[in-house]
Amino acid sequence: MSILTWTWILTGLSFALYIYIAYAARAKTTGDFYAAEQSVPPILNGMATGADWMSAASFISMAGLISFMGRDGSFYLMGWTGGYVLLAMLFGPYLRKYGKFTIPQFMADRYYSNSIRVLSLLCAIFVSFTYVAGQMRGVGVVFSRFMGLSINMGVIVGMALVFFYATLGGMKGITYTQVAQYCVLITAYMVPAIFISMQFTGNPIPQLGFGSKITAEGAALLNHPGLQGHYLLDVLNGIQKDLGFAAYTSGVRPRIDVWFITMSLMIGTAGLPHILIRFFTVPKMRDARSSAGYALIFIALLYTTAPAIAVFARTNFIKSINNVEYTKAPSWFKNWEKTGLVKFVDKNNDGIMKIAKGMWDDPKSANEVKIDQDIMVLANPEIAKLPNWVVGLIGAGGLAAALSTAAGLLLVISAAISHDLMKGILTPDMSEKAELWWARGAAGLAVCIAGLFGIYPPGFVAQVVAFAFGLAAASFFPCILMGIFNKKANKEGALVGMAVGIVFVAAYISYFKFVNPAFNNKDHWWFGISPEGIGTVGAALNFICMWVVGKFTPEPPQEIQDLVGSLRYPGKLVVPPSAGH
Amino acid sequence: MSIHATKELQAYWKENVIIIAIHLAIWFFVSFFCGIMFVDQLDGYMIGGFPVGFWFANQGSIITFVILIWTYVYTMNNLDKKYDVHEG
Repeated sequence: MSILTWTWILTGLSFALYIYIAYAARAKTTGDFYAAEQSVPPILNGMATGADWMSAASFISMAGLISFMGRDGSFYLMGWTGGYVLLAMLFGPYLRKYGKFTIPQFMADRYYSNSIRVLSLLCAIFVSFTYVAGQMRGVGVVFSRFMGLSINMGVIVGMALVFFYATLGGMKGITYTQVAQYCVLITAYMVPAIFISMQFTGNPIPQLGFGSKITAEGAALLNHPGLQGHYLLDVLNGIQKDLGFAAYTSGVRPRIDVWFITMSLMIGTAGLPHILIRFFTVPKMRDARSSAGYALIFIALLYTTAPAIAVFARTNFIKSINNVEYTKAPSWFKNWEKTGLVKFVDKNNDGIMKIAKGMWDDPKSANEVKIDQDIMVLANPEIAKLPNWVVGLIGAGGLAAALSTAAGLLLVISAAISHDLMKGILTPDMSEKAELWWARGAAGLAVCIAGLFGIYPPGFVAQVVAFAFGLAAASFFPCILMGIFNKKANKEGALVGMAVGIVFVAAYISYFKFVNPAFNNKDHWWFGISPEGIGTVGAALNFICMWVVGKFTPEPPQEIQDLVGSLRYPGKLVVPPSAGH
Repeated sequence: MSIHATKELQAYWKENVIIIAIHLAIWFFVSFFCGIMFVDQLDGYMIGGFPVGFWFANQGSIITFVILIWTYVYTMNNLDKKYDVHEG
């Protein structure tokens, strides 16, 4: 069967499964809709968190990005996993003890202020929309590349599916679909990686394979029998240097910047509402701890495989393209040329493909080959001559990654509107049934807006991803942390801290991304910290403001301090009368 | 469940904070220290085909994160029992 047939079959089967699960797990109460009635077993919550977390970008683009960046790419790997250590120890168990449905609600109750609630819900909506725009686009892109639909048609199909299970099932439906989506995406990611690792190094574990020696079969695959018995990383370092690049295992980015970006991604992860709310869904405090542990195992499986794929793919790509006559180019190169992800421009008219430093469309550079980062994952199975069903799996996996993340984000937006804005502030005496309808309506509306972002992608989407992490790091992370670990943290401090953090980060990123993009380089950054890493500074400012303002303003009321005290250990929650909703 | 003994619970919380501090020190060490600040020095050593610093940045730190969460889960479950606040 052809790749196209396999893709349709596998994607069709996975969609049927998602719809079945969503129908079987549909929500009946607001408790179901927002927190799956706090009945999700920790291991399943771990899988759902993994699917929630790993987006279209993690699945399709990350390995390719890293393959171009070498060791510098490690800030993605460490930054997007290290946050789970913080979640398990600093946030998860205590938020579970609190047990209410949204992050803005926690902020409002802990800091006894509706202004904090409004600020938090705006922040949550902004961060989630920033993120979801890329997911819907990702759905469209996968459909168009693997199944020949137009991108817009793909976005609409994805919208219809998410609309169905997010409005019907709420958190409960989303959680169990995400479990299925995790299984699909991790299979799709691991199977080609295992095959390729076997081919190159004889080691079925990719994590070990990319530090092993090349076998006879691998050397034959690379068309260089002499490479047999050499360490793969040594070979890649050699190739890189021959072409004028830095050695793959070395870094060129200033270390201070790598440090700040990693920290910003870690604390940003721990401050993202769609991840935080997952801890509300488990039965007990101890389950919150172990579900973070399961989540990180499931995430680490992909995140430790990605750098291996990066190394295999880069070595393979360069060896099978560089200095090869275009007429003898491998069939996958011709196939993917149609999508525009790879391209050959014969600058010196010798008919031979040459890879070098610089851009393929820059006449001054000797580089003649365009390589889009996404090709490393998308075309990898074909490059390694794997069977067609493996190639078909990649499409289903990419869709699972994009849809699961989109659904989690849409739920945050829906809950912020129905639970925090409507029920919490505008119409507190609304019935549960009415609130559920608001939640469904808001989810539906959010899906439509996200779909529009997918069909008409604002040019700045790629630019503002730094925003999502930076804002989460500078706003939610410090306030939730202090809210749990410092009984004396008060309303005034939190308001000032959050405002200062948000304004600082937004101003810094806007300046370098929109106002003066020509200055966006390390000579003009403060202390060499790029906009991607500035969330760390914003968080530090938030902490300082909370502490200083807190010193000069009244302590929180006694019942709030008691509430904080009771968050810290299992048992009955002490709810102050004013915070009862 | 004996929630009344406030002194006991304060001791529980204090032990928890110390356990967290130890875990986060290791978290910081493997990622920010081994994976970023001293990565070049560590790259002078090899494990198999991996330079050590590169390995920490690409694999070692992530594997350590997983282990850290699970030792924390294990330690805290025991602490819950020690202070008799474990949940059913």
